[in-house]
Amino acid sequence: MRCISLSNTSDEEIVLLRRKANLIRQHVLRMTFAAGSGHPGGSLSYADILAALYFKVMNHRPTDPMWEDRDRLVLSKGHAAPAYYAALSESGYFPVTELLELRKLGSRLQGHPSRAKTPGVEMSTGSLGQGLSVANGMALAARLDRRSYRVFCLCGDGEMQSGQIWEAAMLGAHYRLDNVTAFLDRNRLQIDGPTETIMAIEPLAKKWDAFGWNVIEIDGHDMKQIIDACDKAKLVKGKPTMIIAHTVKGKGVSFMENSIAFHGKAPNEEELKRGLRELGEHP
Amino acid sequence: MKWTYASQRKEYGRALVEIGQSRSDVVVLDADLSSSTRTSDFAKKFPERFFNCGIAEQDMMGTAAGLAASGKMVFASSFAVFATGRCWDQIRQSICYPNFNVKIVASHAGITVGGDGASHQTAEDIALMRTLPNMTVIVPADAMETYKAVKAVLDRPGPCYIRLGRVDFPVITSPDSPFRIGIANVMQEGDDVTLIGSGQMVALCLDAAEELQKRGLSAQVINMSTIKPLDEITLHNAIKRTGCIVTAEEHNVLTGLGSAVGLYVAEHGSCIVRCVGIPDAFGESGESEELMVKYGLTSARIVETAEEAIRRS
Repeated sequence: MRCISLSNTSDEEIVLLRRKANLIRQHVLRMTFAAGSGHPGGSLSYADILAALYFKVMNHRPTDPMWEDRDRLVLSKGHAAPAYYAALSESGYFPVTELLELRKLGSRLQGHPSRAKTPGVEMSTGSLGQGLSVANGMALAARLDRRSYRVFCLCGDGEMQSGQIWEAAMLGAHYRLDNVTAFLDRNRLQIDGPTETIMAIEPLAKKWDAFGWNVIEIDGHDMKQIIDACDKAKLVKGKPTMIIAHTVKGKGVSFMENSIAFHGKAPNEEELKRGLRELGEHP
Repeated sequence: MKWTYASQRKEYGRALVEIGQSRSDVVVLDADLSSSTRTSDFAKKFPERFFNCGIAEQDMMGTAAGLAASGKMVFASSFAVFATGRCWDQIRQSICYPNFNVKIVASHAGITVGGDGASHQTAEDIALMRTLPNMTVIVPADAMETYKAVKAVLDRPGPCYIRLGRVDFPVITSPDSPFRIGIANVMQEGDDVTLIGSGQMVALCLDAAEELQKRGLSAQVINMSTIKPLDEITLHNAIKRTGCIVTAEEHNVLTGLGSAVGLYVAEHGSCIVRCVGIPDAFGESGESEELMVKYGLTSARIVETAEEAIRRS
C-alpha cells in the first residue's frame, strides 16, 4: 500500500474504492450467514471508511504485518469484526477463503478481534469503550520512538456512553496526540434502540471540541469526504482529530438499513440472496 | 523476633530508576498517586518516559496496552484497590488477552493501609489478578525482595502483578537471598508443620515458628512470594515432609494464597491445610498494628492454628 500526502484522488480511484467497500459488504453478508451469527448492521455502516483506510489512506504492508513504521488501526467497536476481517483479507493479510471460518471452532477469525490470533489485527477488542485509550498508547510510543506512523481508531456511537472514552479524550488532548485520527461511526442505533432514546450522547461535535479535539463532520459514505478528512487530520498540529462520520446502519442492503434487528443478527438464506443482489453481485 | 523494617515502595522507586537508566524502552504510568507509589522517583529522572494519566485507572491500563503493543515495557502503578478493581476489565481485555508486557505494581495492598479505611484497603486484589490467564502474581515479602521482583519481571514475558504494602515490612531477606519468579524459598526447615506465608506474613510465620519451637514443635517456613504460578515442587516436598500446612496472608482468606495451596493439596495429595488471613469482611480505619490484631493477622493466631492442625494430622 502506498502512503499518500494531500493529493487529489482521481474519480477513477474513487470508483475503485467504492468497489472495495461493496466487496467488503458482500463478504459481511456471506460471513455472517455462514456463521449463523455476528453483527452485519455496524459492519455495513463503516465499510466505506474501512475501504478508504486500507486501500488508500493507511501506510501498511500486508506481507509484513509487524512492519515497525506501519500505520495502526484499533477497531474499538470490536463487534464490527466481519467488515474488518473482510478488509484485512482483501488487503492480503490472510486468504479471502478463510472469511467463511468466522466464529467457527479453531478459526483465526474470532467473533471479536484477537490480536494474538489474526494477522493484521492490532488490538483485541470487544469490550466497548477501550480502543481509544489503546490508540493513545500506541501514539505515545510513536512519539517516544520518533516514528511518523499514525494511529487510527474506529469507535461506535454507543461507545460514547462509556466513561473510559472520555478519559481517553482527555489524555489524547492533554498529551497533544496529533498522530491520532479517530472515527466515530455515527449510525445512531445501538442494540436496545436509538442512541438518543437509550442514553443521549449529543451534542457530539461540541463535546469533542470541548475536550480539546479537532472535530471534522462528514458523510461517512462519501469516499472523497473520508479521504479529505484524513488528509486534514494529518495537517493539524498539537491536537488529535475526531472525525464524526454520519452513517446509516446496514448501509447498502435495504432491509438492513436503519434496522436495529440486524445489529446482531445474521441474514437467513433468502436475505443473503436478496442482499447480495442489491449489492450488485451477479451469480 | 526483633525485626528491622524497610519500605517496599522505596525499593520499587529505586529499582525503577535503575531500570530506566539501563533500558530506554521502559515507560511508567501512574494515576495521580505517583508520590505514594514512588513512581515519582522515575518521573523526576525520566520525565519524557513518565505519563500521569490522572484519576483514570481504566484509561491508564488501556494506554499501557497501547504502549506495550508498540514494543514498550510498561510499568503502571496505583493503590492496589484501584489498580486491580477499578480497571479489572481493562486488565483482562486489553492487557491479559493480547498478553502484553504490562507490569502492574500496586502499593497500599491489604489492611495495613490503616486510617484510610475499607475504601482504600484491599483484601481482594490477589483473587482478581490470579484468576486472569497469562497473569503472573508476585507478593514480595520485604523491601529487598521488592527490588528483586521489579527487576525480575523485566525478563518475564506478559503481564505481571506485584503487590506492595504501605507500611514498612520486617526485613527477612538479604541482598544475597535467592529470588526467582515461581520459586518459593524455604526460610527454615522443620518436621511437624509447614507455615507458608506471603508478604509481611512470612515474618509472622518466622515468629510463630520460634514460638512453636519453645513448645516443642518444629515448623518449616516457606516464603511463597509467587502466588501464580505456584511453586508446586516446593509444595509437594512440604506435603511429604510435614503433611500439615498453615497458610498466612494479608488477603481475603477465601481467595488468595490459602485457596491456591488448598486447590493443589486437594488435587495432589492428602494433607491438613489451615488458612490464616483476613476474614471475608471489609476492613476499617485504625492503626496498622491494631488492624492486624483485630483481623487475626498475628503470629499468635498462626501458632494456635498450627497447633490445631498438628493435632488433627
